[in-house]
Amino acid sequence: MSTHLDGNVLGGELGELFTVDITAATGQCASCGMVSAIAQTHVYTDAPGVVARCPGCGAVMLRLVRGPGRAWLDLRGITCLQLALPDEP
Amino acid sequence: MAGAAVLGRLTWRVSTVTSVRGETATARTIALNVPGWPGHRAGQHVDVRLTAADGYSAQRSYSIASAPDGDQLELTVQLLADGEVSPYLAQVVAAGDPLELRGPIGGWFAWDPAPVPVLLVAGGSGVVPLMAMIRARAATGTGSPFRLVYSVRGPDDAFYAAELAERQRGDDGLHVAYVYTRTTPPGWPVPPGRIGAGALTAPEWSPDRNPAVFVCGPTGFVETVANLLVNAGHDPRTIKTERFGPSGGQS
Amino acid sequence: MGIVSRGFTGRRRSDENLPPGQYLVTDFPVLSAGPTPRVDLARWEFRVTTETGQERTWDWAAFRALPSEQITVDLHCVTKWSKLRTPWRGVPVDTLLAQMQTTAGFALARSYGGYTTNLPVQDLLGGQAWIAFEYDGKALVAEHGGPARLLVPHLYLWKSAKWVTGIDLLTEDQPGFWESLGYHNYGDPWQEQRYWGD
Repeated sequence: MSTHLDGNVLGGELGELFTVDITAATGQCASCGMVSAIAQTHVYTDAPGVVARCPGCGAVMLRLVRGPGRAWLDLRGITCLQLALPDEP
Repeated sequence: MAGAAVLGRLTWRVSTVTSVRGETATARTIALNVPGWPGHRAGQHVDVRLTAADGYSAQRSYSIASAPDGDQLELTVQLLADGEVSPYLAQVVAAGDPLELRGPIGGWFAWDPAPVPVLLVAGGSGVVPLMAMIRARAATGTGSPFRLVYSVRGPDDAFYAAELAERQRGDDGLHVAYVYTRTTPPGWPVPPGRIGAGALTAPEWSPDRNPAVFVCGPTGFVETVANLLVNAGHDPRTIKTERFGPSGGQS
Repeated sequence: MGIVSRGFTGRRRSDENLPPGQYLVTDFPVLSAGPTPRVDLARWEFRVTTETGQERTWDWAAFRALPSEQITVDLHCVTKWSKLRTPWRGVPVDTLLAQMQTTAGFALARSYGGYTTNLPVQDLLGGQAWIAFEYDGKALVAEHGGPARLLVPHLYLWKSAKWVTGIDLLTEDQPGFWESLGYHNYGDPWQEQRYWGD
């Protein structure tokens, strides 16, 4: 179906690539400037890869392809990610 | 600090099914033992992977239904007729079987105990992560008022009905309101219909009380409810949503 | 490979006439990288451009006035499903490129919604590609790429761009949406060219 889910479904795939939870990170759309939590992006999973689009303007923010032994990640649609990290003890 | 968890890299691990129990005619809860489970926050999910003997595999995400409990975990799975994974989980898997999963997943759609009123809005199987929140609230003795608005087709489709009724009886801080979209119980005061602004209005959880809001269900339901809440004055930043669907989500 | 799940077989059946790694389906899965474009036929256009800037554009009426043919082809998606003997009607891409003056070796197909895919010009010619506007005797529905989609059945189905709106002929190859993110630049299912380096 071409209806979308949201960035919560990316947690598993991104969790295999990163040690910090990316879905709770906020990202600025490189196209329209809107800031959203990655969990709020509109995600299309019925495709050869996963595509996360800006919930405001629909531009592609993140793309991920998993191949055997490799993954390709395109974050060009996000100007930057802000990640919460625990304070140093 | 819970909201900023630094995880190890998520990898697949093997759990064992310890029991299964029916929730409705087409849904059941699967109890799992997951050696070394790192714990989870209410609202998080796991990815489940099934592999056939020839190597073919399929995976789907399922919300954790249970409050944190050592190595024990529960999932509630709705059978989808044309699903690939749900028929296996809802009908085939049995106590003693292994089940491969990865998690806990999700740093955003999760509830941590806090003295803040919480409004939960569930569409169908979207009630599962919200039930984990209700169970975690009880387990931690958190007193903050919780209201669950639970939209289902009919009374026979509701998960956890008896448990929710019993929890309400024992706890003035927990309120549960049902919205029936196709068939209502005998004597129900209103005809069946989709969720509307009225169902989401309740004084203790009004926008000026600044409740935390969690909405979960199919994409169309979530978007309708989120719009209703924003129109009623809830700050969009207080509303967290999780969309399920036939793809990627649960099938 | 994960641990084997007792009693799980999944949906697929194998069939020896399929390219390696594929399984047969009888439904018609819908895949998309974004929302389904809804294209108004009154504004639909298909444009071919060449490396020298020559352009030719067809609106829906002009496009449908072109001779079309009925074809039956097998579809192989890189996500591993194959659907055999699918019936389409379309205009051969040969017809659309016939009057263009070009020595370009590469093509980029562009779709409403922003999707792109690249392939050698010669793979669009010689009766190997169509702009298809009917499926199974009926107007092609939006979720399967309607009003019109590119159909290049000898390559993986991601090359058969849905909601196609034009083809650019180029002297340099320009990787498209999936080709720039790990998917094979050519994509021959019979050589299982799914990813870079395959």
